[in-house]
Amino acid sequence: MRKLRFHPCGNYKEKYAQELTIFETDFGRTSLAVGLVILFTVVPYASGPYLIYVLNMVAITAIAAIGLNILTGFTGQLSLGHGAFIGVGAYSAAILATKVGVPFILAVPSAGLITAMVGVLFGLPSGRLKGLYLTIATLAGQFIIEYLLVHWEGLTEGTMGIVLPGISIFGVAFDSDRSFFYICYICLIVMTLIAVNLMRTSYGRAFIAIRDNDRAAEGMGIPIFPYKLLSFAISSFYAGVAGALWAYYMISITTEPFNLGLSVEYIAMIIIGGLGSIAGAIYGALFITGLNEGLRWLTGILMSVDMLRAVGASMAPLREIAFGAAIVLFILLEPRGLAEVWRIIRSNFRLWPFSY
Amino acid sequence: MEFFIQLLVNGISIGFLYGLAAMGFVMIFKSSSVLNFAHGELMALGAFIFLVLIGWAGLPVYVAFPLALAGSFILGFVVERLFLRPLIGEPLIYVIMLTVGLASVFKGIMLLIWGGNLYTFPDFLPAGLAIHWKSVNIPPVYVMSIAIGLIFLILFGLFFKYSSQGIYMRSVADNQPAALSLGVNVRKVFALSWAIAALVAGMSGIVLGIINGINVHDLSSIGLKVFPVVILGGLDSIGGAVIGGIIIGLLETFTGGYLSTSLRDVVPYMALVFILMVKPYGLFGLVEIERV
Repeated sequence: MRKLRFHPCGNYKEKYAQELTIFETDFGRTSLAVGLVILFTVVPYASGPYLIYVLNMVAITAIAAIGLNILTGFTGQLSLGHGAFIGVGAYSAAILATKVGVPFILAVPSAGLITAMVGVLFGLPSGRLKGLYLTIATLAGQFIIEYLLVHWEGLTEGTMGIVLPGISIFGVAFDSDRSFFYICYICLIVMTLIAVNLMRTSYGRAFIAIRDNDRAAEGMGIPIFPYKLLSFAISSFYAGVAGALWAYYMISITTEPFNLGLSVEYIAMIIIGGLGSIAGAIYGALFITGLNEGLRWLTGILMSVDMLRAVGASMAPLREIAFGAAIVLFILLEPRGLAEVWRIIRSNFRLWPFSY
Repeated sequence: MEFFIQLLVNGISIGFLYGLAAMGFVMIFKSSSVLNFAHGELMALGAFIFLVLIGWAGLPVYVAFPLALAGSFILGFVVERLFLRPLIGEPLIYVIMLTVGLASVFKGIMLLIWGGNLYTFPDFLPAGLAIHWKSVNIPPVYVMSIAIGLIFLILFGLFFKYSSQGIYMRSVADNQPAALSLGVNVRKVFALSWAIAALVAGMSGIVLGIINGINVHDLSSIGLKVFPVVILGGLDSIGGAVIGGIIIGLLETFTGGYLSTSLRDVVPYMALVFILMVKPYGLFGLVEIERV
């Protein structure tokens, strides 16, 4: 058996396999394992219902954010329609569950697949062009999907919304927040594993090559158009799965949340967390969900005090300013986001006391 | 038939406004190939500056209008200086995400100060500007918007063709390293293009405000409607922006008039997807040919 190994104080890699490992040290692996055990045994029972709700939202948001980061952070294509694609996922799951009667365990992945197909549809036109045309096409996608969700009443019930059945997997009912916690986090772990491993395959490296220099990538024999589309499909799949989980968790869904604001929120998430980092997407989801809940809490307090009610009412624009300012400040000051901050902190410890 | 002609006239006038709004957008894209997602917010800021000057400061129109334009010009300059200059040389995607963030900040600030209410300017245009022909009415604002659109189209055409700054801008857009090595001051070009773009945005915001009243949400959604317009006209063509604007304006008014009013706001985006599929560089855009 190997000894428990900590970070070496330099780069001693000799093989490509070492470069590709997920865990560089046994210390990282064991601490993650311990963390996961604590997450699944202690956390759901130690925290109250509100905290569990927030944690569930973090997990769902993180899945979608990982998807956007695969597209934006790894492939270098910006999407302004991620919010709408989450909506497509939510509505596909809701329609499959209510009108077709598909069970939960099938509805979630099929919602992901449907969203991936819708994504490809909007990715097709931009594939012919280099540059950031996908951004513009997804902007159009955002508005068209939003319109369809509201006006295709035969399918989506329009502004009435859809009420989903409760979740049961093989006859076992998952009806409490705590049981949903397990579903969310198992999904998050599976999706994270897929994403992390995807980036170690030739596909993932092709995405990164396209981001860094598309001409050179094409010269190396990577067909850019199919790979961009593939990346977009994978990203939409993640959005669809997150949307489906969201729909099941909220029980009743309407079209309102899936607007351009949500798409911008997700962009803020991956910038704050760190572009091109799977862990960063999770940090970003944690940060933004925390910020959202913090602002809501602050609004609640302000609204309950008579004198400050006017201040409380102006919190909605403040929320917008906070998201925008977070995007701007992170791009200007730390474009690699929280993931980089965390790496700097870690390497400070690692190289101490000779961190020159 | 009268309905048809009225729709046609409305469509063309609205189209000129879209074209005007799109010109500022193209200005930035042409010199720095940045897609500016904060364009609608710049329009709204210009309109609100005008509102403050004319409404609360009580200045006469002929003083307030140039002052508001000057304010927008300075605003564009400051935005470039504070937020975009540090990003020269960074990947474009960061710059574009930055404009998304800026849009959100500006929108929030405007909502904080003015709220989501609708404001209207006092009526100041002479009624004599209106055109009546048989049963077709063109209100003075539309006449003004068409006139301003044409004037600016000509001004921009001359600016890019003959002035040295305009030629610098074109050279930077064409090949930034080559322009740098020939001694073009690229920073000055970027600053100037943002300032001019904000000025044009502010003016189109004011004209739109005269027609529909000013509301943060409306103006920022018109700022996004610039995208179908410029994709249709060609992302780097000033003339294309106006023609694209007119086509999109007509498309919108006819859909609104004959099909349904709720479809009206989505039709430009459907057109956008269609154009990207059929003629991705737009009507007058420069087709990029890359050789490695």
